[in-house]
Amino acid sequence: MPGSGHPLRDPPWLVALLVGITLVFLGLFLVVPLAAVFTEAFSAGLGAWFAAFDNAEARSAVLLTLLVAAIAVPLNIVFGLAASWCIARFRFTGRHLLLTLIDLPFAVSPVISGLVFVLLFGLQGWFGRSLAAHDVHILFAVPGIVLATVFITFPFVARELIPLMEEQGSDEEEAALSLGASGWQTFRRVTLPNVKWALLYGVILCNARAMGEFGAVSVVSGHVRGRTNTMPLHVEILYNEYEFQAAFAVASLLALLALATLGLKAAVEWKSRQARRAASEEPAGEPGADRMARGEAA
Amino acid sequence: MRFRQPSALPGFGLTFGYTLLYLSLIVLVPLAALVAKTTSLTWEQFLATVTAPRELASYRLTFGVSLLAAAINAVFGFVVAWTLVRYRFPGRRLVDALVDLPFALPTAVSGIALTAIYARNGWIGSHLAPLGIKTAYTPLGVLIALTFIGLPFVVRTLQPALMDLTSELEEAAASLGASRWQSFRRVILPALAPSVLTGFGLAFARALGEYGSVIFISGNLPMKTEISSLRIVAKLEEFDYAGATAIAVVLLAGSFAVLLSVNGMQWWLRRRTGTA
Repeated sequence: MPGSGHPLRDPPWLVALLVGITLVFLGLFLVVPLAAVFTEAFSAGLGAWFAAFDNAEARSAVLLTLLVAAIAVPLNIVFGLAASWCIARFRFTGRHLLLTLIDLPFAVSPVISGLVFVLLFGLQGWFGRSLAAHDVHILFAVPGIVLATVFITFPFVARELIPLMEEQGSDEEEAALSLGASGWQTFRRVTLPNVKWALLYGVILCNARAMGEFGAVSVVSGHVRGRTNTMPLHVEILYNEYEFQAAFAVASLLALLALATLGLKAAVEWKSRQARRAASEEPAGEPGADRMARGEAA
Repeated sequence: MRFRQPSALPGFGLTFGYTLLYLSLIVLVPLAALVAKTTSLTWEQFLATVTAPRELASYRLTFGVSLLAAAINAVFGFVVAWTLVRYRFPGRRLVDALVDLPFALPTAVSGIALTAIYARNGWIGSHLAPLGIKTAYTPLGVLIALTFIGLPFVVRTLQPALMDLTSELEEAAASLGASRWQSFRRVILPALAPSVLTGFGLAFARALGEYGSVIFISGNLPMKTEISSLRIVAKLEEFDYAGATAIAVVLLAGSFAVLLSVNGMQWWLRRRTGTA
């Protein structure tokens, strides 16, 4: 067919143009900011970069960030497993409502997520008075930061597990049970191995958000230096005090975390695709070439 | 009628009970506090709070710029998704993985990075300044931050739809004599429209509530570059909980309206293409 009018293939100039637009757009919006973070962070040399972490405030910010993630992520893993078991393995009234409610924290913006905990635990809040009377501090203290983070990262694990478990169905678990395995054994030996990649995927995303959350945590933290500052809040304080290099040094550590998250995410996606392919090839012997051809055509 | 259909699997009571308890403690009770606080204001007080000139200016900026950012992302997101799915070029997988950066990068980091680039002495800002274009500390800066933050949505909703679009449809169109452009406009675009719309709606809703990446580059000038999320924080710092809640309700209503109208438009699109 003559050059210009091939009905199925885009002409080379169009391909070049669209690839060019893609690279320029993503370069401008993604690569340049990332490069700026690292350039500014190391602008005064490696020594200055380390110096940004060599003080009590920075260390406590790093530790608090790790602590918050270490509490929030396991809590949401347990919830994700429980929720996916009851939603993907049983049919009950209100199931769809429950699914919608689980997604709710994604629809609430960060600042508003922080606000709801201020309304609960602030001095004018529902529990504020009685907490103050017993000298219990939640707002402007570590528990408030943990709560806001748990809220923000609430759906991540459940959201990855539920669709996968629904797709897999309960045949294997029912077989294990009929062969005499206990419920717990079935969950540990059958369900967990089947969902491990989706679980890991959810955990990676949940962790990245838990460590990086700014808006919600900023509202409930009260910015007490050395006590209620997480790394993102520490970045803000340094930046507002014109300590740009130190701000970018801390920011660069968070950017590394983001890059590691993206790398792990890509690796897990690849692994789970492989696992699925292997699983679907086993029983019916569906010709792999057919699926590959479809993949190529896409 | 029974609550639950019978099943051979154990553990429903335990997992359902735990899910409900945890959901209530972490999500439902806190959100109930928001609803309860709203009702503590009379209607007149509520209206007076949410229609103060400074708040109105913040809605105009937040809703207007979010809409524009989502539109930019719809156009460029389409190009990016199309390129990543249809073409093969070196570095494609790396580019594909990088698209999620705005999700993975903490918003405070994005905020200071964008500000550094677009400030008058920044990498890009220093080239725009001689042309008389100011970006940092203007609504244009807000637009850049909100475009950054919404970038993955359209790409990620469109990619699976593009992959599912079998070449048979295009082959059929071609065999019936359609040119490449005709089959794009009449066959491909209608099939992808619902996904573009979903991505657009998600990017729009996300931009409405965005905080961390905006507050650095916006400069937060009253009446000019204050976004609504910042107004909530400002009210909280004055211990005006009721005022903060009132603005939050406006913002939440806005993002729910966006998501609902996107759903509605999708239903209409599907019905139209279904009957056509």
